Amino acid sequence: MELNARIPAGPISEKWDKHRFELKLVNPANKRKFKIIVVGSGLAGGSAAATLAELGYDVDCFCFQDSPRRAHSIAAQGGINAAKNYPNDGDSIYRLFYDTVKGGDYRAREANVYRLAQISNNIIDQCVAQGVPFAREYGGMLANRSFGGAQVSRTFYARGQTGQQLLLGAYSALERMIGAGKVKMHPRTEMLDLVLVDGHARGIVTRNLITGAIESWAADAVILATGGYGNVFYLSTNAMGSNVTASYRCYKRGAGFANPCFTQIHPTCIPVSGDYQSKLTLMSESLRNDGRVWVPKKAEDCRKRPREIPEEDRDYYLERKYPAFGNLVPRDVASRAAKEAVDSGRSVLAGSPAVYLDFGNAIRRDGEDAIRDRYGNLFDMYERISGENPYETPMRIYPAVHYTMGGLWVDYNLMSTIPGLHVLGEANFSDHGANRLGASALMQGLADGYFVIPYTIGHYLATAKQPKVSTDHAAFKAAEEAVKGRLKRLLSVGGDKSVDYFHRTLGVDILWEYCGMARNEAGLKKALQLIPELRERFWKEIRVPGSASELNIWLEKAGRVADFLEFAEILCLDALNREESCGGHFREEHQTADGEAKRDDHKFAYGAVWEYKGDNQAPALNKEQLSFEYVKLATRNYA
Amino acid sequence: MSDEKMKITLHVWRQKGPSAPGELKTYKVDNVNPHMSFLEMLDVLNEELLQKNEDPIAFDHDCREGICGMCSMVVNGRPHGPRKATTTCQLHMRSFKSGDEIYIEPWRAKAFPIIKDLMVDRSAFDRIIASGGYVAVHTGGAPDANALPIGKKDADEAFDYAACIGCGACVAACPNASAMLFVGAKVAHLGKLPQGEVERRSRVLNMVHTMDTEGFGACTNHGECSASCPKEIPLEAIMTLNRDYARASFSGDE
Repeated sequence: MELNARIPAGPISEKWDKHRFELKLVNPANKRKFKIIVVGSGLAGGSAAATLAELGYDVDCFCFQDSPRRAHSIAAQGGINAAKNYPNDGDSIYRLFYDTVKGGDYRAREANVYRLAQISNNIIDQCVAQGVPFAREYGGMLANRSFGGAQVSRTFYARGQTGQQLLLGAYSALERMIGAGKVKMHPRTEMLDLVLVDGHARGIVTRNLITGAIESWAADAVILATGGYGNVFYLSTNAMGSNVTASYRCYKRGAGFANPCFTQIHPTCIPVSGDYQSKLTLMSESLRNDGRVWVPKKAEDCRKRPREIPEEDRDYYLERKYPAFGNLVPRDVASRAAKEAVDSGRSVLAGSPAVYLDFGNAIRRDGEDAIRDRYGNLFDMYERISGENPYETPMRIYPAVHYTMGGLWVDYNLMSTIPGLHVLGEANFSDHGANRLGASALMQGLADGYFVIPYTIGHYLATAKQPKVSTDHAAFKAAEEAVKGRLKRLLSVGGDKSVDYFHRTLGVDILWEYCGMARNEAGLKKALQLIPELRERFWKEIRVPGSASELNIWLEKAGRVADFLEFAEILCLDALNREESCGGHFREEHQTADGEAKRDDHKFAYGAVWEYKGDNQAPALNKEQLSFEYVKLATRNYA
Repeated sequence: MSDEKMKITLHVWRQKGPSAPGELKTYKVDNVNPHMSFLEMLDVLNEELLQKNEDPIAFDHDCREGICGMCSMVVNGRPHGPRKATTTCQLHMRSFKSGDEIYIEPWRAKAFPIIKDLMVDRSAFDRIIASGGYVAVHTGGAPDANALPIGKKDADEAFDYAACIGCGACVAACPNASAMLFVGAKVAHLGKLPQGEVERRSRVLNMVHTMDTEGFGACTNHGECSASCPKEIPLEAIMTLNRDYARASFSGDE
């Protein structure tokens, strides 16, 4: 597998400008002759589909939800970063770039991150022009707040619903193009395979989730914007439908999968309450601006009411351990600190791990109204789920799987190792290294969709010069047959266990246990033994009722879980291979005397790219060596 | 909060397809934990149906945190159930008590045909947005975001309308199956902002036209829409819609 990142030469601040000039263009009159498939309609897919259609390309967009407006980007709460420096507090493109590389624990590609920081400002302009109602100051200017991993206020927000408002902006742009006949939208349609012709990505095979129809779609290029794989853990903050299938099918067709072990555990989620739990809910990281995280100093105080525990008996452990950043340390640091507190026997919830997030001080300082204005909807949500009033008693929170930095490998043009297959947003691996900073996911999704792919895909189309293909091509027929065969196999097992049983066992009992917040060699080896066993049982014991030619919710889930059961193995292999601790990947063998992550830049400053070698064959490991010319590699220090 | 298990009797609308006849079927669910969400209770029931080789209840859901707008069921006669400003996915069983009987039905509206059981087709909402629910700016070339100051009050009000999640509870609640609150929310959101001003007239005319052709009813001021809106979109949205529509209808220029 050749990994040419195609990073342009020249000083970092000039790379993107120079590259844009060097990219080949498609004549405006010729754009309509190119069909582009976009899979996914979230921030990355929705913005890409809309923008490509505006440029004149012929776009088909697919999503499994009933409307493109429902993609899971909608659930992002806190905000979107940009280097506007409106607060005049010392921010710059360079600082955003620097913070992002450092926050990612030096495992991201410098050139990509710099471009992201450059584009960040255009995104805010674009969204405001669309009518996105960002928070504003009384003078009418846009408001900013600070977020984890940064010492400047560069985060733009729309109450606690920033993802929703940005997505509705992209959705409105997309709907405008649908109304104009420039985008054909295919909701309730799931991609089940990628089709290659002469080594190029030329189309997809889908299943209509209402009728069950298996259909082929041919195109000149394919864009995947299908989100992350956090649901491999069963319990995560992802939507119920979020899955790895599209990415994994592309992996099996030859796309390299990079750094799957870089998974982000978000520190502020509502704790698990029982076995029936179907998902976890995140409370925005922005809460850490005013909330103080603590547990009792003494384990015996844990069952007391929090208000009865005096100040001197509370351990504000983040403020104690990291005085400079305090409650605003990056997510991975905050999550591990919570685990450490709970592991020391100081969980504040009976039968489940949890720590306090306390707004008592902030309410006394700023008043309840000010806090309601900032976080009202989040407090309401907490109250609805937990049945407790966070204005009166501290929230109880615990880390949960939230985001996946790993994804399909892409070059500077966002193209995977399969020519013509481009990957955007959370589905790719490109910008966040081993840890994503808060308010950077929205930035990356929209950067990829609005401002990167519209340039780079033109270059591919102008230079690839592939002949037109139709779905009559044998490659489509073969892929369709493979998809149908697989569905038939799932339906014919006839066991007695549900899909959810296997999904829960994989996610909760194996991955969260052995490949969660802290990992070690013995545990990962154990997981790598358990996963194939579970997979074998899945194919013998699963029960999927009904048929493939109808709406069949169990069949949909079964296909996704079957892929999770294979993908989980690569995730654990990657975690086992990476013998260092960095970002979201913490190997217990590699820590400092005081329990902080210990990176090994000498051996592991690379992107680990896994290559499919056949079923029941170990995947091959390829490496993209990272070079840091601008950011000095240093131990992340938030103390 | 009590952790005692509850026994619930459900009457669920079952319908195989758009033109098949439907009926309410009764199911008993024991061992309901009060901390469960309403949809988790249905997950448990679907697991039981699987074990009995019965067809699972089809319902739409995705984010399960009240923001994607996918979940859509009428619970005891109220869209999204008894709790104010709460989507079904955020409704928890502690809102009920052991022994309760709960009726679960789909959104009922001509413009939202039933797909199966509790799932309906809401693509009419997308077509309404496609006909004008946007600011027609291409990507690129937008002026600096702070070039145009917008008062905090206007920005906040625009947000209040923009908070619509497009779930369709307003339509389900309305005796006329009117979509005026949904359309009004978008018209008011963009109408509050200078960015939306340029297309103000064409937007309202086009969106109302699509709303009518999709088969939504007219507003007769019941106010059920706003009362059952999980995001509490205010009724003023409809006033804005009516005012903008009247103004646009009587003015010749576009």
